[in-house]
Amino acid sequence: MSDNEIINPELAQCEVHGMTRSAFILRGALAAGAVYGTTAVAPFVSQALAAEESGDVGILNFALTLEYLEADFYNVKGKSLALSGEARKYAREFGAEEAAHVTALSAAIKQLGGKPVAKPTFVFPATSEKTFLALASVLENTGVGAYNGAAPSLKSKQVLASAGSIVQIEARHAAAIDLLIGKSPTPNEGFDKPLMKAEVLSAVKPLIKA
Amino acid sequence: MPSPTRSDQAMREPAEEGSPQPAGIVERLVRDDVDRKRFLKMAGATGAASFGAFVLAACGSSSSSSSGKSAATATTAATSTASSSTGDVAILNYALTLEYLESEFYSKVIAANLFSGAVGELLQKFGSQEDSHVTALKAAVSKLGGTPVEDPHGKFPIKSATQVALLAYTVENLGAAAYLGQAAKIQSPEVLASALAIHSVEARHAATLGTLVKKSVTPQGAFATPAEMSTVLAAVKPFLG
Repeated sequence: MSDNEIINPELAQCEVHGMTRSAFILRGALAAGAVYGTTAVAPFVSQALAAEESGDVGILNFALTLEYLEADFYNVKGKSLALSGEARKYAREFGAEEAAHVTALSAAIKQLGGKPVAKPTFVFPATSEKTFLALASVLENTGVGAYNGAAPSLKSKQVLASAGSIVQIEARHAAAIDLLIGKSPTPNEGFDKPLMKAEVLSAVKPLIKA
Repeated sequence: MPSPTRSDQAMREPAEEGSPQPAGIVERLVRDDVDRKRFLKMAGATGAASFGAFVLAACGSSSSSSSGKSAATATTAATSTASSSTGDVAILNYALTLEYLESEFYSKVIAANLFSGAVGELLQKFGSQEDSHVTALKAAVSKLGGTPVEDPHGKFPIKSATQVALLAYTVENLGAAAYLGQAAKIQSPEVLASALAIHSVEARHAATLGTLVKKSVTPQGAFATPAEMSTVLAAVKPFLG
């Protein structure tokens, strides 16, 4: 799957509200892409990330922002829409799990002596169950790529183990949502593509209002 | 935090429904009560731990004392634990063994022709993805100067669509837990990136099968539990030819 499919039409159509947060300033061009074959499972990833400023606290804060986004998406946006059946069930379950990730990441950041970032204000363009689920698919799949891309740069093995236990849940969410909307639960086939920070940002920044 | 109740129920169901059955391999794996309880204990501890992911790691190591070290106890532990093998090559060969089993499993399932339509296509897709994992892992082992392990030619009970789907769900959950259990022990960032790219695909498979068998897509709640190499190898032992 190409980047264009992950960072996808639902998001391209989003209205961009104001400036992105300073922490989200893009540095450098998007990595032109998928140097990513069946066996070539991504030597470039860690190098790309190592070049970024972050360190474990920075990576965790980045993850925290994504989890805030997902939690608000399910728990605020999801509740504001008349979801039914599986969509409603997933929104509830997954929303609770994303909220648990927020709590866990905040605690981990503090434990490392860092300061958890504040929750941004989000704006979600979903207006129906259909658009809600389409956006859910984008967010969850982006989340998987974000964790997979960032994890090799983590210094602490403990943080890595925690990130691993979270990304597995994001992948499960992504598959369930994709199945529900008739998409492949494995959009990247056998190997999930790690996303670099810039790629993740380009996917989510239209949703960040302030 | 979600209450651990939901995941408890999801995990417990198969264990409790059972009057003693012929101790087939499936039943053993699906109903392995000892394993299940340990899983539940870990999952429960995690669910209750409102203070986070670090606790997850900590709980893993304290509550699994009967089964060896926690996955989260990182590299130093990795080099000294049980499996007589060390380093990334050993981890990759372990993963390769599991992938051989999964690959064989799906090919037997497909050959048995128990599924048609969309489900059949999904299982076929998953099977070919497991094949691609085998190829990638073999290449990775060779690239690191190691010798890829032989295909164990797994044996699986293929009885009915329901039984097979349930077994697949169990196997994929185990596979996801197995990768998660190794992540923090891998030395090379490239190997880690590879393992992670596969790990989340196993998770996608597990979730998909969860929907097919009407079980939770996230049976452990918000934080997936890692499984130790020794635990996983014991679980798959009945399948090794």
